[in-house]
Amino acid sequence: MAKLWIDEKTCTGCESCIPACPFGALSMKEGVAVVDEKCTFCGACVDVCPVSAITLEKEEKKAGAEMAAYKDVWIFIEHEDGKIANVSFELLGQGRKLADDLGCQLCGMLLCDQENVEPFAKEVFAYGAQKVYVSESPLLRIYRTDPYARAAVQLIRKYKPEIVLFGATTQGRDFAGTVATTLETGLTADCTGLEIDPETKYLRQTRPAFGGNIMATILDYPNYRPQMATVRPKVFPMPPKDEARSGEIVREPLEMTEDQVRTKVLEFIKGSEAVNLVDAEIIVSGGRGIGSAENFKVIRELAQVLGGAVGASRAAVDSGWIPYEHQVGQTGRTVRPKIYIACGISGSIQHQAGMKTSDIIVAINKDPEAPIFKIATYGIVGDLFTVVPMLRDEFKKRLGR
Amino acid sequence: MKIVVCVKQVPETTDVKINPQTNTLIREGVASVTNAFDEFAIEEGLRTKEKYGGEVHVISMGPPQAIEVLKNALAVGADKAYLLSDPAFAGADTLATAYTLAKAIEKIGEVDLVICGKQAIDGDTAQVGPGIATRLGIPQLTYVCKVREIDLNQKRIVVERMLENGKEVVQATLPALITVVKDINEPRLPSLLGIKKAAKAQIPTWTVKDLGVDENRVGLKGSPTWVVKVFSPEARGGGEILKGDLTEVVPLLVDKLMESKFIK
Repeated sequence: MAKLWIDEKTCTGCESCIPACPFGALSMKEGVAVVDEKCTFCGACVDVCPVSAITLEKEEKKAGAEMAAYKDVWIFIEHEDGKIANVSFELLGQGRKLADDLGCQLCGMLLCDQENVEPFAKEVFAYGAQKVYVSESPLLRIYRTDPYARAAVQLIRKYKPEIVLFGATTQGRDFAGTVATTLETGLTADCTGLEIDPETKYLRQTRPAFGGNIMATILDYPNYRPQMATVRPKVFPMPPKDEARSGEIVREPLEMTEDQVRTKVLEFIKGSEAVNLVDAEIIVSGGRGIGSAENFKVIRELAQVLGGAVGASRAAVDSGWIPYEHQVGQTGRTVRPKIYIACGISGSIQHQAGMKTSDIIVAINKDPEAPIFKIATYGIVGDLFTVVPMLRDEFKKRLGR
Repeated sequence: MKIVVCVKQVPETTDVKINPQTNTLIREGVASVTNAFDEFAIEEGLRTKEKYGGEVHVISMGPPQAIEVLKNALAVGADKAYLLSDPAFAGADTLATAYTLAKAIEKIGEVDLVICGKQAIDGDTAQVGPGIATRLGIPQLTYVCKVREIDLNQKRIVVERMLENGKEVVQATLPALITVVKDINEPRLPSLLGIKKAAKAQIPTWTVKDLGVDENRVGLKGSPTWVVKVFSPEARGGGEILKGDLTEVVPLLVDKLMESKFIK
């Protein structure tokens, strides 16, 4: 296995490696640097050591002979209530680029009941897939981890795609982990960037970590295939739709019976305001400055005029003014709308982690020092109870609503 | 019933920055704490035990100082804690981490319920919970915001899962694994007695040998993914504060937003 060597004789005890370690794994002991278990063998210290006392022995993982058998880019086609999720189309758009760079085919992976195969496949072709691999069974009508994971694993094992992409939705994140574990392959969560390395032809997967304060680019070792990733909704644009396109449908039956499914969906309770924060193009959010549950009315009114969803900061949720489903931030939801309007939200690091990648951020706050202004595209320093109703009326006028 | 809660030690804040000279994370002066979602997992474990009887075991994989998060769990009332620590575990991605944690759960044995936080606030992957469930061959219920009922005779659990557009009520067979979101409960604070007891507690450390794991499947060696680069995200441009009389500023903001074409 990989090992980090520090040559005691060469080390001058200059300590330059210590702050260079991203994981705090280096310390000084008796005048020389020592490494502990926190080391992840990233090699950052190797580059900074002025006397080259540190060497990293990284075991080269050899590409298996089997690797060549894996080809094509697959997109998991997520659906609910007879409708395909937009993120699947966005992934077909980006998947097209990856497939072109690799010189392979773009395919959909569709798991559904028989009735939906044709209409769904037609749409998947219209958004650019050449082929759709289908597992069809009444068990796949609505999403459940067991039959979906079984069906995906069966298709992937048989047809060996090189890359499989899932939307980083609750569904995608629930079952991609199961599929990757069963296949014993890599899975990179919540990517915001995907490209093919021009030299190695591996998939370069870029994702935020530490609440979006750091970006990391991740590769899969060549002896693990397929390369799999979940990808955040709304990162990639919707590709053009061409109804004239068609392709090949490859069907596989699912070898599973209902009594092998260990979970049963008893009921679905629709969200109180029936607003999906993750899909919303516009979000109007309220924070501590709102002051009470009743006062959220001003937020709702503006959201309604704009056809947007209502969000909230942790402070507003913890005060009991609005249910947790609305919370945006590190312990709530991560959102990426086109426009995020933060009203009476100071903008803690934790809140920013959930909304920082919105296209346009508008901040309305009494406190000119509030951190939210540092990341806002536009800011108005003022009382939200004056500004927000004025905004509502102005939009009403312009939009004729 | 036997409950296992998996916890992770994470930096107290995600406000980490990159040193532009070395292109590495600056971690100096950042304290380590229990991952926020894991606090809810521990509390749910304790509440389940209080309601249905049994014991709560807490496990964490990490360097020796991760023992602190296990002590915190003992202080609020967990019965037993184990630290999974071995130089060979270092550099693990989610596949290798889930394998190691699953092996520890198997070693504890005869577990009815495994509880994890939805995700860790540093890595944000939400992949370890499903990975453990898959390894153990038990059903998983992710994003749980409420445990409605556990029936130990019928061996089943009914929960509410928080999805994008509402809540799904699902039943699963036991043993099962659940991952929990913040809404599920309000974690208690440790009592003085609890803190004293935890300080004195002996927490066993389980290594590669103790767990009987395959060395090729843990740590960096057992990890299919590999971080090739870390960098700062592009700074947000703009930052335009609209100043002046509100009767002018508000229409100006509306102009700017209308120009974006995002409002339909």
